[in-house]
Amino acid sequence: MPITKVRPHLSPNESLLFERSSPGKKAYQLPELDVPAVDAADALGADNVRAEIDGFPEVSEVEAIRHFTRLSTWNYAIDYGMYPLGSCTMKYNPRINELVARTEGLAWAHPYQPEALAQGSMEVMARVEAALAEITGMDAVTLQPAAGAHGELTGILLIRALLEKRGNPRKKILIPDSAHGTNPATAAIAGYAVENIKSSETGVLDVGALEHLVTGDVAALMVTNPNTLGVFEENIIRVAEILHAKGAMLYMDGANMNALVGIARPGDFGVDVMHLNLHKTFSTPHGGGGPGAGPVAVKKVLEPFLPTPRLKRSGKRWTYDYKRKQSIGRVKAYYGNFGVLVRALAYILAHGGPGLRNATVDAVLNAVYIRKGLEPYYDLPYRAPNMHEVVFSDERQAKLGVRTGDIAKRLIDYGFHPYTVSFPLIVHGALMIEPTETEGKREIDQFIDAMISIAKEAETDPQMVKGAPYGTRTSKVDEVTAARKPVLRWKP
Amino acid sequence: MLDACGVSSPEDLFSHLPEAVRLGRPLNLAPGVSEYEIVDYFRDRAAENANGYASFLGAGVYHHYRPVLVDTVVSRGEFLTSYTPYQAEIAQGTLTTIFEFQTMICQLTGMDVANASMYDGSTAVPEAAMMAVRATGKGRVLIAKSVHPEYREVLRTYARNQGMPVEEFGYVPEAGTIDLEDLDRKIDGLTGAVIVQSPNFFGIVDRVKAAAEIAHRAGALLVVLFTEAVSLGILEPAAGADIVAGELQSFAISPCYGGPYAGIIATREKFLRQVPGRLVGQTTDSRGNRAFCLTLATREQHIRREKATSNICTNQALIALMATVFMTVYGKQGLRELAEQNLAKAHYLASKLRPRFCGKFFNEFVVKVEGKTPDEMNKALLKKKIIGGLPLGRFYPELADSMLLCATEMSRRADMDAVAEVLA
Repeated sequence: MPITKVRPHLSPNESLLFERSSPGKKAYQLPELDVPAVDAADALGADNVRAEIDGFPEVSEVEAIRHFTRLSTWNYAIDYGMYPLGSCTMKYNPRINELVARTEGLAWAHPYQPEALAQGSMEVMARVEAALAEITGMDAVTLQPAAGAHGELTGILLIRALLEKRGNPRKKILIPDSAHGTNPATAAIAGYAVENIKSSETGVLDVGALEHLVTGDVAALMVTNPNTLGVFEENIIRVAEILHAKGAMLYMDGANMNALVGIARPGDFGVDVMHLNLHKTFSTPHGGGGPGAGPVAVKKVLEPFLPTPRLKRSGKRWTYDYKRKQSIGRVKAYYGNFGVLVRALAYILAHGGPGLRNATVDAVLNAVYIRKGLEPYYDLPYRAPNMHEVVFSDERQAKLGVRTGDIAKRLIDYGFHPYTVSFPLIVHGALMIEPTETEGKREIDQFIDAMISIAKEAETDPQMVKGAPYGTRTSKVDEVTAARKPVLRWKP
Repeated sequence: MLDACGVSSPEDLFSHLPEAVRLGRPLNLAPGVSEYEIVDYFRDRAAENANGYASFLGAGVYHHYRPVLVDTVVSRGEFLTSYTPYQAEIAQGTLTTIFEFQTMICQLTGMDVANASMYDGSTAVPEAAMMAVRATGKGRVLIAKSVHPEYREVLRTYARNQGMPVEEFGYVPEAGTIDLEDLDRKIDGLTGAVIVQSPNFFGIVDRVKAAAEIAHRAGALLVVLFTEAVSLGILEPAAGADIVAGELQSFAISPCYGGPYAGIIATREKFLRQVPGRLVGQTTDSRGNRAFCLTLATREQHIRREKATSNICTNQALIALMATVFMTVYGKQGLRELAEQNLAKAHYLASKLRPRFCGKFFNEFVVKVEGKTPDEMNKALLKKKIIGGLPLGRFYPELADSMLLCATEMSRRADMDAVAEVLA
């Protein structure tokens, strides 16, 4: 099948800033000082004043904009097309979000300006808290965590604080083998040992096994629901009961919340604490790896332990409550990634309740449609109904010497970003595909066609597939040498 | 599509969910609204905040001019709407800018390696402390009281469950610099990290070199923080620092009521394997061209799981890009000139008031308020459309009569004169 989505295109070369600098060039203009200049050595002490910053850029404004524009064209992006990274929820990032986040009175608000002059920001945060509480079915929300993993840490510290108050923080956290790597890393930072639990043959939590594992030593189970196979944990209510009966808590990683919004609420199925990734479910841009925001939602019993400060209504005004004796303390300076919260609220307002639910339905429909389209060509190791994502394995192609990583690289030639490669770990050679609600039938059909075409190429010309990508300006990158002989900065 | 999926209605896609978990009602959220109404909603909220005020607040978040190029670049969909650059072949744009970022942070801090950025300055503190503890095998952490109070709170939250006792040491009441004798008294053979900030929370250029000597004598690492990155344009990089951690908000990142910002961690070559977060390295592609990729991932959570150096997953790529564009626009000359303007403005304001501490300062300083409380003074300033300094009583009871004032290149002389008139 010919590649129809893309064809070659001029791609400019560009050197590093440091290589294109020439002495004396500049891209800035400062106003004339309206106060007397100060001698730096006098004001700071001669020893404290630095010499010229060796190697720092010296370019003109045009050179600067061309530099970054040229580099930008070397990236793939959602704005170019489908970005089916499983568990990453790469949905369209509405530009209205960007516009409103730059509203002057919001973008230039200083975190320490008087509360009376920050009521607009505080109202925005209160509205986000309320919306997220309704969406998750939880009782209270903190907006302080800066990212998903940061939210996880906050959530586990909350559990620890509650258990400590009850007399015993306990020793370990149970984590399914299908979990994101941040889960065990977080548990370790919160001072817990990690016990990995095996998924059942159908890819969900094994309730029978869990009953034996939950002892008085277990502080919590961290579960992603739907899990990283895209499968809803059908026994989740029973799982919560087992934990609660032993005084343990149920933590939910909200990475896959895009499958549930408006359909089911974690607070209604026994979850005690969870985080959300606003950069996934709520459309704030990933920006090449951040910023995100990882609000944490809890049941009432955990509310006293939430980070300080808390928003509080006092008459007709919002104020901050800093006097919270049981709080775990701060997890971040100030109040959270406010700019990300603004974007998420714009998304919530634009969709409204019905629109949010529709987005979920479309996301699941797209994933199921892809499953049906690719099932004849790729091995599907877990056959339970999937929700917003679907996980295949490379078993059939691997017999021909073509692995998931090769298929992913070949997909680039067809004009798509690869799916998530080799995750979750419980699937050998995983291809984890999440289309999100963003994609229409046309783009998805092209994707399915590309995947089918690659499956055929794997049979007819496996070596060719293994050499991909061919159409990119940068061919296969030598990651092994990068790690063996690290060069982490430019040097003259 | 429904036919292909073998269902007759979209609802059937959820038929496998147990009845008990389903939300049997619509979400209690208003229906969606138009773009125009959203703009309006946020304009109304913005109108409830301070508008048209001159501000002399600093304390970790600074009002600096944001060159137009910054938003031009970060608004490009290729940067805005891409993911973490795992697929190097189609992410060279992001990877190259991060490599440039790492290089510039090394140039600024005088360190050998810098990571691709952290969430912010405050969370970089516990990450730096954990790094030092791993590197030395010693768990005790000493942090100066003159470090940003909220950063210290974040450190305590992280440290509590890691067998990482945190203690504070004081500052000299006359100079506002760290109390070296107190540090010397408190440091012991179990101390793995000594953490200081310069310019410190009071704006004072602190005694980093002397702190390094004390720390190193005891076998501890010295972590040096900064919150005002513009100061790096004029101040000598921290002498004797083993780890530099800081906040880049000053580099064209909007104050935005506290975030998102970007933090950094930079260190010496020998601690490379202890660095948390993402690192971008240079390599070649199969045609022999220079290329970049994420590297040394064996430190990270997605490989090492519970044995990782940190649970951090992403960096703050887009925000770090803002800082990268800012550093490019100002460049070698501009950052120096910008720092000199900050210095001049703050010293002009200070010349009309009496700074409480005698230590050298960059663009922030503490003044003791006479006759009235800092809050009362600020109320008087608000009437002139000026947001005054940060009253320090909330963080330092012994400085309840004082406020922290900041002036930047954006502070106008007339406003500074007005502040001086009210406060003097």
